Amino acid sequence: MSAYAGQSLRSRDHQGTLGLLPPRGAGAYEEFLNLYGPTPTPGERLIGVLEGSGLSGRGGAGFPTARKLRAVRDGRRPVVLANGTEGEPASHKDEVLLAHNPHLVIDGALLAADAVRARRVIIAVARATDAAAQLERALASRPDGDRVEVKTVPERFIAGEESALVHFLNGGEAKPTATPPRAFERGVGGRPTLVQNVETLATLALIARYGEEWFRASGTAAEPGNVLATVCGAVRMPGVLEVPLGILLSDLFARCGGLTEPASAYLVGGYFGRWVPPIEGLELSNESLATAGGRLGARTVIALPESSCGVLESARVIAYMARQSAEQCGPCVFGLRTLAARFATIARAEPGATEAYRALAGLHRQIARRGACAHPDGVLEFAASATTVFADEFSAHLAGHCTAHSHQHVLPVPTKQGDWR
Amino acid sequence: MSKPLHLTLDMIRCDAYGHCAELLPEIIELDQWGYPIINDPSLPEHLHADARRAITACPRLALKLEHRPAANAPARSGHAL
Amino acid sequence: MLAASALTNADWYLMRSSGVVALVLLTASFVLGVATFRRWRPMELPRFVTASLHRSVSLLAVVFLAAHVVTAIADPYAVLGLAAAFIPFLAGRNAFWVGLGAVSLDLFIALILSSLLRARIGARAWKTIHWTAYLSWPLALAHSFGTGSDAGALWLRAVGASCVVAVGAAVVWRLAAPRFKHLEPRAVSL
Repeated sequence: MSAYAGQSLRSRDHQGTLGLLPPRGAGAYEEFLNLYGPTPTPGERLIGVLEGSGLSGRGGAGFPTARKLRAVRDGRRPVVLANGTEGEPASHKDEVLLAHNPHLVIDGALLAADAVRARRVIIAVARATDAAAQLERALASRPDGDRVEVKTVPERFIAGEESALVHFLNGGEAKPTATPPRAFERGVGGRPTLVQNVETLATLALIARYGEEWFRASGTAAEPGNVLATVCGAVRMPGVLEVPLGILLSDLFARCGGLTEPASAYLVGGYFGRWVPPIEGLELSNESLATAGGRLGARTVIALPESSCGVLESARVIAYMARQSAEQCGPCVFGLRTLAARFATIARAEPGATEAYRALAGLHRQIARRGACAHPDGVLEFAASATTVFADEFSAHLAGHCTAHSHQHVLPVPTKQGDWR
Repeated sequence: MSKPLHLTLDMIRCDAYGHCAELLPEIIELDQWGYPIINDPSLPEHLHADARRAITACPRLALKLEHRPAANAPARSGHAL
Repeated sequence: MLAASALTNADWYLMRSSGVVALVLLTASFVLGVATFRRWRPMELPRFVTASLHRSVSLLAVVFLAAHVVTAIADPYAVLGLAAAFIPFLAGRNAFWVGLGAVSLDLFIALILSSLLRARIGARAWKTIHWTAYLSWPLALAHSFGTGSDAGALWLRAVGASCVVAVGAAVVWRLAAPRFKHLEPRAVSL
């Protein structure tokens, strides 16, 4: 998965400053300092700056960053936990960020630590990637590197969920725990823990250097700033781009060499996200996507080619998400398996498809908000968006045939899965 | 006037024994897999005693009584990434 | 003199009989405990009835065990001091077999107390202590066979054998419990 750093769009006001993905990799510390200048030391004043900037989490939930820092700062001996685990199979932004600009992430983590007076800083990444080794190298090359620990976590979709990550780091399995307490109250080692996506921290490091005005010059009024987006599917050059929030999806695809064929739908937010119809004028923002029934999530944008079967692709994702359940709560285990089975029946246009389709609404009621974490709810919303956006294709399947030309799999669904420890 | 009590369920601990639904059928019913659905977590006064019995009876100690409703915390961060 | 020996005899019989009843009740409690775990419904009654029975039978066993221990201490022939009832291998006579009973009793007291205070000590601690039932019961059985001069009586052996069969069956029943997450959703393909 390549990074299109050179293609990052900059607003007029951003000339002369750098973004999350520099024109050339900033792996070596000296190179990084040459490009970005020394790390500023605002200490606790950073929180006020972040509040003014309007930065919200870049990991998918979009919670206001300043508020999180404030909540943790009031605790005793807090911990900063940078989440670079990126369990979403179609997302590569964190991988690319950590590979091309690890020092910005480390800066962000340390700046956050100083702002909340944390003694311990941890960066968590997935086991099977090079990220851990890259980070260790980067840390070794800087004088403050010994303040940061690198931890690797199992390859599971849900291992990056806040409570699962904390539970794993505390010696348990990478499975979500019942809350309260939330991580910001009691997390790693029982301490108030600030959990932030690595992109959020890198962006924080930029705001510390260039200020809140600079940050607000890009993006929209309600959703300011530049973000990383992973674009794949029916595009000529899939990759990770740095773009302002609010950019037209059509511009986004253009930056990737354009669509290879017309799209029947876009999947935005990954497997925890929603399908949206390919309407003109859709922008990469929650505000715009909401009008089409979607949300931003972690900004994975997949263009589904017209020739593919939306029902099949959705069924594959749901089966994957059912396998990725931590299997701790009955409604999630049984509910998602049932949901996957029903979608499979419909995808294969089998005789029982109509019955399976009719049973979906009732199934929704039996699963929604009945797990200890948001996993089943995310899958339900994905499934609901599929039935809405691919309504015509569903009708065809219920009548016993599929209108797609190609049944080649488009969405990346891993078959291998890691364990929980 | 006693403080309002709310029934909370730890879905991870729950193992579908179903004793709670038997002891507190007014507000707890079982789904198709045997897991409880709490229809109205804010307990009316006359059900407090039965609720306590249900809580004690749960073999997994999955039910709790709290004085305030379960906090509507913002969506957990980091899920999927 | 006659009255004293009659009392001693009565005490001895009470000790023996309360011990046998206690063993039977502990066996019933064990089986009901497994039945609760296996979600057994007797005659379509609610499942909490099984759990409730388990609890009641266990508390009844406490009564008979208490009687058994008290009468054993009072029995001059048994030579059991108060301490020896709880601390193993202190008894004057038959120290080993009585000692097994003492250990079993200690475990049982922990079982009862932990269950009464379950909400206070938390689920994990309770569960750990509850598993010692698998140790407490065999010790009680061994104690009952190793002590007493009428251990050879046929009826007592029959009772003991029935208890062993019941507990053995319960253990098999427990081990046969299905794990709920045993099916893998198949990958979807066309």
